[in-house]
Amino acid sequence: MARAVTTQRKAINTTLAWAIGLLIFFPILWTILTSFKTEAQAIANPPIFIGFDWTLENYSIVQERSNYMRFLWNSVIIAGGSTILGIIIAVPAAWSMAFVPSKRTKDILLWMLSTKMLPAVGVLYPIYLLFIQLGLLDSRIGLVIVMMLINLPIIVWMLYTYFREIPGEILEAARMDGASLREELLYVLTPMAIPGIASTILLNFILAWNEAFWTLNLTAVDAAPLTAFIASYSSPEGLFFAKLSAASTMAIAPILILGWFSQKQLVRGLTFGAVK
Amino acid sequence: MGRIQLKQVTKSFGDVQVIPPLDLTIEDGEFTVFVGPSGCGKSTLLRLIAGLEDISSGSIDIDGADATNVPPAKRGLAMVFQSYALYPHMTVRKNIAFPLRMAKLDQAEIDKRVNGAASVLNLTDYLDRRPGQLSGGQRQRVAIGRAIVREPAAFLFDEPLSNLDAALRVGMRLEISELHKRLATTMIYVTHDQVEAMTMADKIVVLHAGVIEQVGSPLELYQRPRNTFVAGFIGSPKMNLITGSEATKHDATTIGIRPEHIDISETDGTWKGTIGVSEHLGSDTFFHVLCDASSEPLTVRASGERDLKYGTEVYLTPRLENLHRFDQQGLRIE
Repeated sequence: MARAVTTQRKAINTTLAWAIGLLIFFPILWTILTSFKTEAQAIANPPIFIGFDWTLENYSIVQERSNYMRFLWNSVIIAGGSTILGIIIAVPAAWSMAFVPSKRTKDILLWMLSTKMLPAVGVLYPIYLLFIQLGLLDSRIGLVIVMMLINLPIIVWMLYTYFREIPGEILEAARMDGASLREELLYVLTPMAIPGIASTILLNFILAWNEAFWTLNLTAVDAAPLTAFIASYSSPEGLFFAKLSAASTMAIAPILILGWFSQKQLVRGLTFGAVK
Repeated sequence: MGRIQLKQVTKSFGDVQVIPPLDLTIEDGEFTVFVGPSGCGKSTLLRLIAGLEDISSGSIDIDGADATNVPPAKRGLAMVFQSYALYPHMTVRKNIAFPLRMAKLDQAEIDKRVNGAASVLNLTDYLDRRPGQLSGGQRQRVAIGRAIVREPAAFLFDEPLSNLDAALRVGMRLEISELHKRLATTMIYVTHDQVEAMTMADKIVVLHAGVIEQVGSPLELYQRPRNTFVAGFIGSPKMNLITGSEATKHDATTIGIRPEHIDISETDGTWKGTIGVSEHLGSDTFFHVLCDASSEPLTVRASGERDLKYGTEVYLTPRLENLHRFDQQGLRIE
């Protein structure tokens, strides 16, 4: 029997959910609000919540001082490029691990994941030296490769978990029905795996977009993405909270919008395998 | 045409040999059933024939041509899986049409064959549904439809009825038998259910630990089991196998007698015993009789309804002309 939920209980639950949601969202909201204040109002004590003089001044100053579009474009290329490259490498890898496992498959998967436990700063120096030697410092292609390598274990794991849910007998049926390997992948496996591939792409794009350690350390001007754009406003010139907020808002807006429209797909992708 | 010949076929997984060298010929148009307890290698054998597993040594001929290294797609065999293995993202029509699409047939021919298969299998009303919207029996029919449209050299069935409930199973069993009569195509059918094997097969292959224990028609196996394993496996309820002094009397290590070949009487007979549990089926009554002649209780069939209470003393008389004798190795003595 379904548990009876009274209207009153429902109202309490809804209020609670909203309260927790707002609490989590508050820093972002505060950043957005602050971006419309003057510098003086931004650091006013007690803080002003709504009743300030709304201004777009910060946005125009930020626009004047730095080329937002260039940073945005770099972010798109680094996040998008590393995701596409990662998927191209991970799909065949996950496929073979899920459908033709060997006795070492589990070990390889764990070993791959273990690289994620390594503190990134530990390999900064060797990678930095490599980048200098290869002339990849402050280049988009270098960043694409590094971001791809960093997220590859997660992509492979997600795809592997997803592919594992597809019964092998269906692929065997396709083989018996006369499908070549290419046709088997094209007409049977890919259509069945599309939701999984989509949520993997989405999550990985967001992770790559938000990554700040490598992007800050390996870029200067040419390849600097939006993370570097934000960081440049916490500069030694002094604290400009309103402008920093405006820059942050501009930097997080694209990913926030993307996340909002794809939240269903994201939740499904992240909980896949846990809930059946 | 679908004559399938296995020559000295073996299969090992790592160091474990699951199928020791095995020879088997399946004649064209024959309904062959592989039967055996779970883990006996019957499904593996079917998958070797299908090409879904590679054989470790030996060769497989299909229609006189060596198919050992031919990929499954090119062997011209159709398979029906235990889980049906339908394509969940395709409608019934597309599922059935899939092998034809892979064979690059033109659309008119595909439509003709799909509609033909659908009407044979009573699926016409469901062609635009997806597998998820069908019942178990309907899904099974779609899987069979997908197999028959190709007009394959042979059909391979891997325990196709084990996911269905008992009533549906009997119905589908008949449908598959009828299909075989109509198509007269070679069929290889794997099951652990010896009733399915007995009722459907032209030829039964009894497997045990990867070894063929006996090949023969259902009645051959029933009447002349080659060894104690086949004797105990074929027939329901099982044959009574008796060892010890009773067997020695007949110059054998083990004697076997089927439940219907023992007469039961309350007055006189060869063996004295007491009635244990009895099972009343209406048409038959099965008694489990505790008896000095055997360490295990003996199963006895009485035709129709017989009412003998628990603990009643009875006498059993085996019909000697139906007695099976086995030697020390468990092999039949003629």
